[in-house]
Amino acid sequence: MKKNRNQCGKRKERWFSNACLIPSLVGVLIFFVIPFGIVIYYSMINNPIVKEYVGMDNYKNLMENEAFKRASKNTATFTIIAVPLATFLSLGLAVLLERKIPGKSFFRTLFLSPLMVPTASVVLVWQVLFHKHGTVNQIMEMFGGDSIDWLKAPQGQLVIILMFLWKNLGYNMILYMSALCSIPKDIIEVAELEGAGSVYQFFHIKLRYLSPTILFVFILSLINSFKIFREVYLLTGSYPYGKLYMLQHFMNNTFQNLDYQKLSAAAVLFSLIMIVVIAVLLIAENIFGKDVEN
Amino acid sequence: MTVKRKDRVFNIVLTVFIAIAALAFILPTVLTIANSFMTSNEIAANYGTMFGNMNGSEHTFISEDVNLKFIPDKVTIDQYKSVLIKNSDYLMKFWNSVLLTVPITLIQLAIAVVTSYGFSRYPGKVKSIIFFAYIILMLMPYQVTLVPNYLVADKFGMLETSEHLIFKGAAKPLNVFCMMWARRAVILPSIFSPFSIFLLTKVMRRVPVSYVEAAKLDGAGELQIMTKIYLPMCKSALVSIGMLVFIDYWNMVEQPLILMKNTTMHPLSVFLSQINTGDVGLAFAVGVVYMVPTILMFLYGEDYLVEGITYAGGIKG
Repeated sequence: MKKNRNQCGKRKERWFSNACLIPSLVGVLIFFVIPFGIVIYYSMINNPIVKEYVGMDNYKNLMENEAFKRASKNTATFTIIAVPLATFLSLGLAVLLERKIPGKSFFRTLFLSPLMVPTASVVLVWQVLFHKHGTVNQIMEMFGGDSIDWLKAPQGQLVIILMFLWKNLGYNMILYMSALCSIPKDIIEVAELEGAGSVYQFFHIKLRYLSPTILFVFILSLINSFKIFREVYLLTGSYPYGKLYMLQHFMNNTFQNLDYQKLSAAAVLFSLIMIVVIAVLLIAENIFGKDVEN
Repeated sequence: MTVKRKDRVFNIVLTVFIAIAALAFILPTVLTIANSFMTSNEIAANYGTMFGNMNGSEHTFISEDVNLKFIPDKVTIDQYKSVLIKNSDYLMKFWNSVLLTVPITLIQLAIAVVTSYGFSRYPGKVKSIIFFAYIILMLMPYQVTLVPNYLVADKFGMLETSEHLIFKGAAKPLNVFCMMWARRAVILPSIFSPFSIFLLTKVMRRVPVSYVEAAKLDGAGELQIMTKIYLPMCKSALVSIGMLVFIDYWNMVEQPLILMKNTTMHPLSVFLSQINTGDVGLAFAVGVVYMVPTILMFLYGEDYLVEGITYAGGIKG
């Protein structure tokens, strides 16, 4: 009798926690999922007026579209270089800052400062730095190098990667710093007593505890890598130099041209790629993350 | 002894290296602030060639050097005078930014608290599938979600709105809600953004079961467990997530441009991104004014930011 009532109570509690999901689910359904269904529908018809089913034709056209191919290639290159860099450079910074150096928290604030500056006004500074006759070129000429019109040259990708790192390293570093702090002290002490050097400690102990954080930082960097488009767009406009033409430029431009079929197909394709990426990350988490999670 | 000395040398080298790196990080901020105190003539002399022939997205550069300067020849607050006093446009746009960012941040956090609680209490198969869907949604760039958002806004007639201020007399402050309602095309989809849910769920999953059990023994209901145990334990996480969300929306450009046809309601960030010819001088001052809320937030919450998401490792949490 008593047990029964207990179960009944438990069901009520479960019900409450399920109900907590409802507001968010309703919003997500209305604003994202259902309209995304419409996007999938749009990607399979010839135009919004006739609404004739054309199957995979839009996707085929998209795959043969030169602008789309170039945009995907550039975006993939950028992401593959920039995201790992952001993930591991910030880890390096965090490990360096872990040592006892003067003014640590002051430096920490400086590294975080890029978060405070409005995106649009910092773009002005980047323009001055990487202008054809700007500061970076002046410095390079001083050392006998050739000046480059950064934003109109293949090296432009380097500028974007730098902008991305500048903006994100600080916060990633913070995440690592707090993860480093939460590694149990006694384990480190035991390792020290047994004569483990700091390099050994890092690779054999700390890295294990950090692996979930590394994955997390990787995901955050991935999200932020898509946001860098705003800076690129503000720097170079809708039709930038070839190497700087990103997937987001392509989507923006097709949106402006009201080419919904092409845009929808691109959006669906992009989502599919993201699902694969996340699945891979989840598998990676299952392999590397398990032994340290309690 | 030698080991110790080696250590000390290493530490000095390290400090110098970190100091240089940190300086490079603060440089753009310092430049923005320094330039905001220059006269418009000086700015024109330094960067005039750069923005002189700028129309829309097409930049034409004249071959003259662009100078980067830290210290103004003559310190002036003229730029600020024109931004803050002479022209009320900028303050209006600043107010527009507040009207968008504050409700988005607060409501998104409120929804995140409730939803994350739902995700972390009694986890199950269905819940983890939904959570996975949220992660995918979170990873979508604006350019993908903007299409669905645009469709919905169009369907519900939210694209073209104007502010109908219905409250009169003493109830006038309530007109703020009317103003927010006029901006629903941007606000509504943003408050359901799964980013803060993702972060908060990971933090809430670390709340020790023993606390919950103890509270239950004392007769606490589910609502009390949420507000009296989960919420206080996530306080610093909430503050730091709130800061991230605020900064993100404070800088938004794409959403208002596409979802708000009425340009008088556009936030200052959109204006900042569209600066051309005559406004470059002002741009720096506007940029600094726009920085003030985020700087204040940092002064208050930097420590929260640091300790906030300590346990947020992995994807599933």
